[in-house]
Amino acid sequence: MKLIVISLISGILFGIGLALSQMTNPDKVLNFLDVAGNWDPSLIFVMIGALIVTSLFFRKILKRQTPLFDKAFYLSSKSAIDKPLLIGAAIFGIGWGISGYCPGPSVAGLGLGNFEAIIMIFSIYMGMIAHRLYK
Amino acid sequence: MENFTPYSAFAGGILIGLAATLLLLFNGRIAGISGIMGGLIKAPRTELFWRCAFLAGIVIGAFLFHLIKPDFYQPREHFPIWLLACGGFLVGFGTRMGNGCTSGHAVCGIARGSNRSIVATITFMVSGFLTVYIIRHVLGVAA
Repeated sequence: MKLIVISLISGILFGIGLALSQMTNPDKVLNFLDVAGNWDPSLIFVMIGALIVTSLFFRKILKRQTPLFDKAFYLSSKSAIDKPLLIGAAIFGIGWGISGYCPGPSVAGLGLGNFEAIIMIFSIYMGMIAHRLYK
Repeated sequence: MENFTPYSAFAGGILIGLAATLLLLFNGRIAGISGIMGGLIKAPRTELFWRCAFLAGIVIGAFLFHLIKPDFYQPREHFPIWLLACGGFLVGFGTRMGNGCTSGHAVCGIARGSNRSIVATITFMVSGFLTVYIIRHVLGVAA
């Protein structure tokens, strides 16, 4: 139960952050990615703001034996920079550049009454399921 | 640069960073949205609830913010649905293949010093830049 409450609070903060930063505006995202055009660099500040906080705390937190409410940290154990990582990230970048949505803002869009969010979430799951089958 | 909004972007980023910190400190989980979404496809029951709570939280947070500050969101009109669906499909496929998206790799992975996340972030950023460049400046669609 404790885990669920924290997840909900964390999600709410995350959702407010996405809406406040306007990561939820696909046109703004595409203008951020349009370096050669009428570039809007605003969204780089989202990453800077987030990374300042996470960089400050993550290493300290991960020095603990366990998190506060669970028995262990759940982290990826992979360390090799392999083909699936590179190709997968490149494919994601293409989808992001076409649609203007990464996964977080697609979910947040549901809270904004954004019709596009429904299409994004549906097609993201289609892509995820296709990847399961492909693997 | 007429729509440059560095302060609200920065403040939003701080909130996202705090959200990720909370989830790691208390629950030991990485706030990677694609990973959390993907885990819903096939996860044991105990794994389902926190994921749903987190995703529901995102929807609630965005909804609450929108109630207070409706002008931060401008709906996009006339974007072709088939193109959106193609983009979404690639986002889903690519984030599963590459084990993460903007949140998992760029916000969380880099902070814990993961080389994979640094490389993934550079890769999807460059890929996104190139994609928009090709669409807008080579094919000349929209601007």
